[in-house]
Amino acid sequence: MPVYTLNVNGKSLKVDVAADTPLLWVLRDNLRLVGTKFGCGIGSCGACTIHLNGNATRACLLPVSSVGTSKVTTIEGLTEKGDHPLQQAWDEVDVPQCGYCQAGQIMTAAAFLKKTPNPTLEQVETAMNGNLCRCAAYHRIREAVLVASKKTK
Amino acid sequence: MEHTIHNERRDFLKKVSLSGGGLLLGFTLFEDLMAGPVQGQLVEGLKHDFNSYLSIAPDGTVTIASPNPELGQNIKTSFAMIVAEELDADWNKVVVVQAPLDTNRFERQLTGGSGAVPHSWKRLRNAGATARLMLVTAAASRWRVSPAECTASEGMVMHEASGKKASYGELVMDAAKLPVPPEVKLKDHKSFKLIGKPIRNVENKNIVTGKGLFGLDFYREGMMYAVIQRPPAFGTQIKSVNDKAAKAMPGVTNVVTFKNNVAVVGTSTWAVLKARKALDISYEPIPGKMPESSTDHDALFTSMMNRTDAKVNRKEGDVEAAFSKAAKVIKREFECPFIPHNPIEPMNFFADVRPDGVELVGPTQTPGSARKAVSDLLKIPESKITVDITRLGGGFGRRLKFDYVVEAAEVSSIIKKPVKLIWTREDDMGGGSYRPAVRYRFEAAIDAQGNLTGYKLRGVGINVGNSTRENNFPSGSIDNLLIDSVDHSSPITTGAWRAPVTNFLACAEQSFLDEVAEAMGKDPVQLRLELLQKARTAPAGPVRYDIDRMENVIKTVAEKSQWGKKPGVAQGFSVYFSHASYVGQVCDVVMEAGKPVVKKITAVSDCGIVINSSGAQQQVMGGILDGFGHAMYGKLSFTNGEPEQKNFNVYRHVRMKGIPEVDTSFVDNGKDPTGLGEPALPPTGGAVANAIYKATGKRIYKQPFIEQDPLKETE
Ligand code: FES
Ligand code: FES
Repeated sequence: MPVYTLNVNGKSLKVDVAADTPLLWVLRDNLRLVGTKFGCGIGSCGACTIHLNGNATRACLLPVSSVGTSKVTTIEGLTEKGDHPLQQAWDEVDVPQCGYCQAGQIMTAAAFLKKTPNPTLEQVETAMNGNLCRCAAYHRIREAVLVASKKTK
Repeated sequence: MEHTIHNERRDFLKKVSLSGGGLLLGFTLFEDLMAGPVQGQLVEGLKHDFNSYLSIAPDGTVTIASPNPELGQNIKTSFAMIVAEELDADWNKVVVVQAPLDTNRFERQLTGGSGAVPHSWKRLRNAGATARLMLVTAAASRWRVSPAECTASEGMVMHEASGKKASYGELVMDAAKLPVPPEVKLKDHKSFKLIGKPIRNVENKNIVTGKGLFGLDFYREGMMYAVIQRPPAFGTQIKSVNDKAAKAMPGVTNVVTFKNNVAVVGTSTWAVLKARKALDISYEPIPGKMPESSTDHDALFTSMMNRTDAKVNRKEGDVEAAFSKAAKVIKREFECPFIPHNPIEPMNFFADVRPDGVELVGPTQTPGSARKAVSDLLKIPESKITVDITRLGGGFGRRLKFDYVVEAAEVSSIIKKPVKLIWTREDDMGGGSYRPAVRYRFEAAIDAQGNLTGYKLRGVGINVGNSTRENNFPSGSIDNLLIDSVDHSSPITTGAWRAPVTNFLACAEQSFLDEVAEAMGKDPVQLRLELLQKARTAPAGPVRYDIDRMENVIKTVAEKSQWGKKPGVAQGFSVYFSHASYVGQVCDVVMEAGKPVVKKITAVSDCGIVINSSGAQQQVMGGILDGFGHAMYGKLSFTNGEPEQKNFNVYRHVRMKGIPEVDTSFVDNGKDPTGLGEPALPPTGGAVANAIYKATGKRIYKQPFIEQDPLKETE
């Protein structure tokens, strides 16, 4: 199997996996970064959202062979201390129910806020609509994104 | 009012022991064993036993074990709050740990039926209060004062007259030497400091930083990964298997066929997922079983409605006479399809079957039943099987079934290696245990004076058992009543789905009552209040709900929602009693571009004392959106036994865009708490349908609403 050198959370890491392995499973099975979740495997739930060069990307649809030298950021690497404004807002607003979707929600929101630092409620809803929360914690997810946007100012 | 609780010796054992962690004072929370054997066990296995206690370390850390599986109902936080309240602990020093399955030590170690808090309320308080009293007594004797002169707060005991203070950590060694007090006083609910406050989920930090809390995150050095190919259609079985190509794929170590399953085992998730696609399996119908299609169910339900041998669930008065004398009869049918649970974390479990015992780790709502099933399958005594409960990425009732636990154990026992079994979303959505498809027929008889004199309900369903809840409102308020049901047995498997039966029954019933009110020329709120008054003054048979509490939520939600007082807004009303809690809801709909849009749902819940106001609000908001989403969009259909929707691209769930505003409030009546994981869901569908009717003049009789006029998209 081919060996790939990946740039994950600022570290250069080697993995020996089949070329078509989705990055999701490389992260989870090989690198043991399990914060990136499996929910659907077809890009429809957002549980596996990571950043590829700063853009929110579905890791379940991304073959490892196409990652190249792109910078991969997972929830574990979003911040060193877990104190990203979104991570703080998520706690303050007390967002999680089961919690399984929340890493993906935060990664989608983080990429979105970078590009849209002062979003309206509608913009938040549009940006977050692809992230399924089966517990339907949507009211608080929405609120927490707005709370975080105010912190960043 | 303060309550006095008597401690029975066997309920409360204390323990003093020196260990690496220092001195621990332990109280069993749910002890139900004779003292003798337990004490023997305690001395030996300190580390293991530690988890099942409230313990206080010399540094003041209070560790509280949470025995029930956590799936988002926030039990891990609520349970600890209850103990900490009576203990007067410093919440910042409380650590909560998930206890493994231990049927010797815990009762009712499961998540389901919104029953954990009601079950454990007194036990948890008692544990906290007992520890507190011992700490106060220890401080008083150290200071040579009377315990009555001492107070405790935030992990400290104080003696006001002398200004002396000591932390729980400092006192724990002395406290542990004291006898367990025979009785303790519990606080009056009005003096609660922690209970009722919005306390954040104790796991937030771990969740937002991506810690591996869930079953799917579990890893053990040397474990194998497995997926299973199950029959794609219910009612079919394996005819032949050709696994040559799959076996030859890289990373595949075993392909094993057992029962109707073909398991592919290998060194990574991706390797086994790919290899599974290379399996060549043919299936055939199971003799005597008919792979059913959704299109068959329409005729089936119609014939079940005509059956004369329905099971009578409740009968009052003379129904036939009431209907033959009626001036007006209303008869309506309501129907819902199958729906999957779809917890966001798919089914999975780790199993390591070794000659010396079995280790099981993963997400389950019923660890006890899962262990029993594995024990029965492998003929290994339960005492040799351990179950560690991970956090659950949702459950909704799906993980009350333990099919996937048994599968994992079976694969491990065949290949003789530790294995993690993973289901994909397609496996999950296609794997059964669905909310059953059901049809209801309601009939109401109204006499010439405009009184509701007769009521009939027939429920017909597929693998649902009794599809009615014969003792719920309006039973007890109508003199002549007949509630019966017919069940059909199908190869399509079903199971408990959040608020079993009532998740749709309430929608149908509350829609029907809205129509009855209209036919009687009454306001829907008024009709309910009148029926309750009838149940109070001249009940027809037993009344199994609390009339005052029901009446109160009806009046309160009418007031909070400005019922009937919002010009330009169409409102729909609904109220339901389930899982011992009462929830009233009003839905606001407005017309936008010719379509009804659900804008807001106002909910008033009576679940007795609210433990955690943040968590409670979450449960109500989530339950309402869950009820809303499934009423609007949820549908799983079948062709020849095979589900037609297998992933989120074709199965629609509620998403963030367009969610209604939800206004939640709670009745403050000081009654012992009841559950909240389910009760907010059942009323929602009816409130929404009734509001849509108000806005459009069109009644909806079938879920999903989105497929019905007036919501149906016309291309
Ligand atoms: S797992 Fe990637 S989008 Fe669902
Ligand atoms: S918190 Fe459970 S899926 Fe979002």
